[in-house]
Amino acid sequence: MQLPSEGLGPWGVAVALVGGAMRGSIPYMFVSLGECLTEKSGKINLGMEGVLLMGAMTAFAVSDLTGSPWLGVLAAAAAGLVLGAIHAWLTQQPAVNDVAAGIAMILFGSGLAFFFGKRFVAPMAPQLPLLQLGGWSHVPAVESALRISPLFFIGIVVSFLLHWLFTRTRWGLNIRAAGDDPQAARALGINVNAVRFLAITLGGALAAVGGAHLTLYFPGIWSEGISGGQGLMAVALVIFARWSPRRCLAAALLFGGAQALGPSLQSLGVNGYYHLFNASPYLLTMAVMIATCSPNRRLAGMPGALGKK
Amino acid sequence: MTRRELLAGLAAPALLPAASTNQPLTVGFIYNGPKNDLGYNQSHAEGKATLRRFPWVKAIDEASVPETVAAEESMRDMIFQDNASVIFATSFGHLDPFTIDVARENPSVQFFHCGGLYDEAKHPKNIGIYFGFIDEVEFLSGMLAGLSTRTGKLGFVAAKPIPQVLRNINSFTLGARSVNPRATTKVVFTGDWVLPVREAEASSSLVDQGIDVLTGHTGSPRVIVQTAERRGVFGCGYQFDQSSMAPHGFLTGAQWAWGTVYVRIAEMVRAGKSVTNGTIPRRLTGTLKDEFCKLSPYGPSVTEQSRSRIAAAKASILNGSLEIYRGPIRDNEGHTVVPAGRTLGITDVALDKMDWLVEGVDGRAHG
Amino acid sequence: MKRAESILIPFGAIAAGMIVFGIFCALAGANPLLVYASLWKAGFGSWYSWQNTLVRASPLLLCGLCTSLPARAGIIVIGNEGALVVGGLGAISAGLATLSMPPWFCLVTMGIAAMLCGGLWIAFSVALQHYRGVSAVISGLLLNYLAIAFMNQLIEGPLRDPSSLNNPATYPLTPDHRLAYFSGTHVHHGILFGVIACLIAWILVDRTTFGFSLKISGGNVRTAQLVGLPVGKLVVIAGFLGGACAGLAGMIEVAAVHGRGNESLNAGYGYVGILVAFLSRQSPLGVLVVSVMVGGLLASGGMLQRAHDLPDATITVLQGILFLFILLSDTVYGRFRTRAHINSGVKANAVAV
Repeated sequence: MQLPSEGLGPWGVAVALVGGAMRGSIPYMFVSLGECLTEKSGKINLGMEGVLLMGAMTAFAVSDLTGSPWLGVLAAAAAGLVLGAIHAWLTQQPAVNDVAAGIAMILFGSGLAFFFGKRFVAPMAPQLPLLQLGGWSHVPAVESALRISPLFFIGIVVSFLLHWLFTRTRWGLNIRAAGDDPQAARALGINVNAVRFLAITLGGALAAVGGAHLTLYFPGIWSEGISGGQGLMAVALVIFARWSPRRCLAAALLFGGAQALGPSLQSLGVNGYYHLFNASPYLLTMAVMIATCSPNRRLAGMPGALGKK
Repeated sequence: MTRRELLAGLAAPALLPAASTNQPLTVGFIYNGPKNDLGYNQSHAEGKATLRRFPWVKAIDEASVPETVAAEESMRDMIFQDNASVIFATSFGHLDPFTIDVARENPSVQFFHCGGLYDEAKHPKNIGIYFGFIDEVEFLSGMLAGLSTRTGKLGFVAAKPIPQVLRNINSFTLGARSVNPRATTKVVFTGDWVLPVREAEASSSLVDQGIDVLTGHTGSPRVIVQTAERRGVFGCGYQFDQSSMAPHGFLTGAQWAWGTVYVRIAEMVRAGKSVTNGTIPRRLTGTLKDEFCKLSPYGPSVTEQSRSRIAAAKASILNGSLEIYRGPIRDNEGHTVVPAGRTLGITDVALDKMDWLVEGVDGRAHG
Repeated sequence: MKRAESILIPFGAIAAGMIVFGIFCALAGANPLLVYASLWKAGFGSWYSWQNTLVRASPLLLCGLCTSLPARAGIIVIGNEGALVVGGLGAISAGLATLSMPPWFCLVTMGIAAMLCGGLWIAFSVALQHYRGVSAVISGLLLNYLAIAFMNQLIEGPLRDPSSLNNPATYPLTPDHRLAYFSGTHVHHGILFGVIACLIAWILVDRTTFGFSLKISGGNVRTAQLVGLPVGKLVVIAGFLGGACAGLAGMIEVAAVHGRGNESLNAGYGYVGILVAFLSRQSPLGVLVVSVMVGGLLASGGMLQRAHDLPDATITVLQGILFLFILLSDTVYGRFRTRAHINSGVKANAVAV
C-alpha cells in the first residue's frame, strides 16, 4: 500500500484531464480510426457500438480462459473482423442502407456480447501490462496518470500508419478512390467491392481492440453497461475529425479528457449541474460542427460517396 | 345442489392454503438489470436462489425488465402464463404505476415491492412493501474506513442524490467520524446507476485529491472497489460481496441478504397468510438485527484491533445501545437536522425523506 | 407479382432468420421447436398476448414515422430518442400547467406541446444538414445525448416533485387528465394516435402533391430545384412532421404510461423506431405492420427467460439476426420480377421500387 498523497487541489483537474485523455481516449481512438478507414471507402458503420461490446466481452473472456491478455486483444480483433465482414458484405448488397444495417449490427453485436458474457462473471481477468512512465514523480497521482496502456501507443502508431496509407500508398489511393467516386474507380480498374470489404472488415477489427481496452485496463471489468455509447460517439468523432486519422487521434484525446472533466470538477468541490458538465463533450462537438461545416463546399476530406448508394 | 352452491364448492379449494394442494407455489421475480452484475440485481437473484431449499416453491424470474410498460407485461405474463401467485418487483421504479396497475387487475395475486412507501389512498390492498435498513451496516463500514484512513479523507461515488443514497453517504460518514472526528467524505455523483467508465474516472480523480478509502452507491460499486485497489487505496463495497474485486485493499462493505425476506414471505404464504388481509405485514422491513443485510467479509489488511472495535460496535447496535442517528446532528450547511437529546430510529419514516448531507460531507444534496 | 413478392420476401427472410436463431438456441441447449412455440404463444398466440404486443408496438409506430417521413426527402434521421424525450418533457410541462383545465383541453395542450418540441428538435437537425451541411446522422446522435442530459437535469432539478424520493420524477398528472385504456384491456388509447398518424402519413406521402414534391427532393435536389420546388422548406417540414410524431410518442409515455415525467422516458424506443422505419422500407403503412411484428418480439422476450432458461440477451440476439436477414432480403426485390417479365416477354420497365 503506497502512501497517499495530500491531494492535488486544482492541479488534480489537470492531472485528471491528462490521465483521462490517455486512458479514456483509447476506445474512442480505436473506434474512430476503424470508422475512419471504413468511411474513407465510402460506407458508414454505425454498428461500432456492437463491435465495441463484442470486442470487450471477447477480450475479457479469452484473457480469463487463457490467462493471456494479449491473446484477449487478438481474439477481440478477430471478433471485430467477423462483425466487420458481416457489415461489409451486407452493405454492399444493392438496396441495403448502411445506417439501418449499422443499427441492426448494434443489436446483433450487443446481443451476442451479452449472451456469451453471462458465462464470464469472473470478477477479474488478467489485465494488460502497463508502461510506467511516471517513475520520476513522487506524486502518486501523477505516477498513476502516467501509467499508460500499451494500446495507447499502438493507437498512435496506427493513426500515423493510416495517415501514411491514405496519402502515400497505392492501397490508400484505391480506398480513397472507392470512397470518393466508385464509378470512376471502377473505370480505373479498381475492384471497389473488394477494397470496401477489406476496409470495413479491418475497421471492425480495429474498433474491437478499443473494446479490449475497456475490459483489460480501464475500467477493467466486463459489464453490460461498459461501453456507455462510446461506440456511437466515436462515429461522430470521425466527422468531427474530418476523416483524418491524425485528427481522429486528437479528437479522441480531447474526448477522453473531457470525459474526466465532470467527475474531477466534482471531486474538487464544484457541485451541481453535473449532468450538464458530463454532457459538455457532446455540446462542444455540436458547436464545432455547426461552426465549421458549410453547405456550399464539401467538407475537406469527406469521401464523396458517403451516404449515397 | 343449485348452480351457485356448485360454484361455491368449486371455488372453496382455492381459498385453502397452497399447502393443502399439490400445486407448487409459483413466485415470480423481476429485476431491472442483468442477474450477474455483482451488485443490486445479483443480490436479489441470490435471494431468489435461497428459495431452492423449499421443494414446494417454483421460483421464476426475468432480468433486464425496464421500468416501463415492459414491467407490467412481465408481471402479467408470470400470472397468466406461469400461474404465479406471488410477485416480487425488485426495482424502485417498478412500483408506480406498474405494480399498482397489475395488482389492481389481479386482486388474488400478492405483490411485494422492494422499497417505497405504502399509500392506502392510492395503492390496492394486495401490495406489500419490503425493504432493508442498511444504514447500520454502512455505519460499521464507515467506522472501519475511519479507522483505516491515514489522510482522513474518504470518497463516495454515488449515482443520484436520492434519499436512499443520501442515507448511505450520511451513515457511512457518521460511522467514520464516530472513531475519527476529523474524517470527511467527498461525494461525486455520476448521474446514473450503471456507468462503469465514469465511475472509474470519478474514483480515480477522488484518489488524486488525497482520498484513501473509496466506497460508493451505484448499481454495482465493483468498479469503484477495483479502482481503489489499483490506485493502492482501501475500498468498501456495497450491494453485494465485492471482496473478490480487491484482494489487498478491501476493507468490508454493506451487502443485502434478501434471501431472509424471500424465505420468510414464502413461508407465510404457505401458511395461508396474505398481505391482502393484513396477515402478512403491509410494510415488512428489517435491519442488521433481522439479517436483511450484513457486513461483507473483512479484507486481509483489516487489523485485529479494528475487527474487535467493529465487533463491539455491532454488538451495541444489536442490543440497541448504539443508535446511529442520535442528536445533535448538523447538516453540512450548518442547520440542525436532529436536535440534541433526540434520536431518530433507523426505521423512522422521516429518514426515508432525507434531503440533507451530514456535517463532514463535501457535496450537495440537491442536483 | 409485385404483391406476391412484397409478402413472400419478408416472410422468407423471417423464416431464414428463425432457422439461424433455432441453431443458435440448439447450441445454447434449448429445443428450437419449443422456443418457436413459446415465441408464438407469447407474441401472438392469444388475445392476451396480442394486447402485450400492441402495448409494446404503440411507441414504435410513432418513432418509426420519425425516421420514415424525412427519409422520403432523402434525409436519414436518427434523433428519434431525443425527440421522444423532449416531447415527453414538453408534454408534462404543458400538462402540469393546464391541470386546472378540463381534461380534453389539458390532453390537447400536451399533445401540441409535445409535437412542437419533438418537431422543432428534428427540424433543427434536418435544417443543419440542409443549410449547414452537418450530417443529420451525427447531429441526431449528439442531440440524443443532449436531450437525455437536459432531461436528467430538469427532472432532478427544477421539475422534481420532492415527494418522488427514490425515483426522481416530475409532479404527477391527475388520473382524469391521463390517456384512457380501452375498456377490458391493458392497451391504452395511445396506439390509436400511432395508427392514425401512420394513415395520415400514408395519405400525405402517397396521395398528395406535398408527398410527391418530397419524393422529388429526396431523389435529386438539383432536379427539384430546377422544377422550382422549395427544397429547403420541404425537407425541414418533413423533419418537423417526423419529429412531431416522436414527440407525440413521448406525450403518450407521459400521459398514458407513467402519468409523470421520469428517466424511463429514455427507454430506447427511438432507436428501435429507426429500424422499424428501414424494415418497412420507409412506407407509413409498412411501419404499422413492422411495429406490430417488433412489438411481438419484445413481448416474447420474457418467455424465453422463464420457460427456457435462456439469458435476457437472447431476445436481442434474435432481433439482430432477424433484422439483418430482413435488410438483406431487400436486395432480392425485383430479381424474380425481372426474370418473370423476361420470361413472359414483357419488358421490365419498373424494376426500381
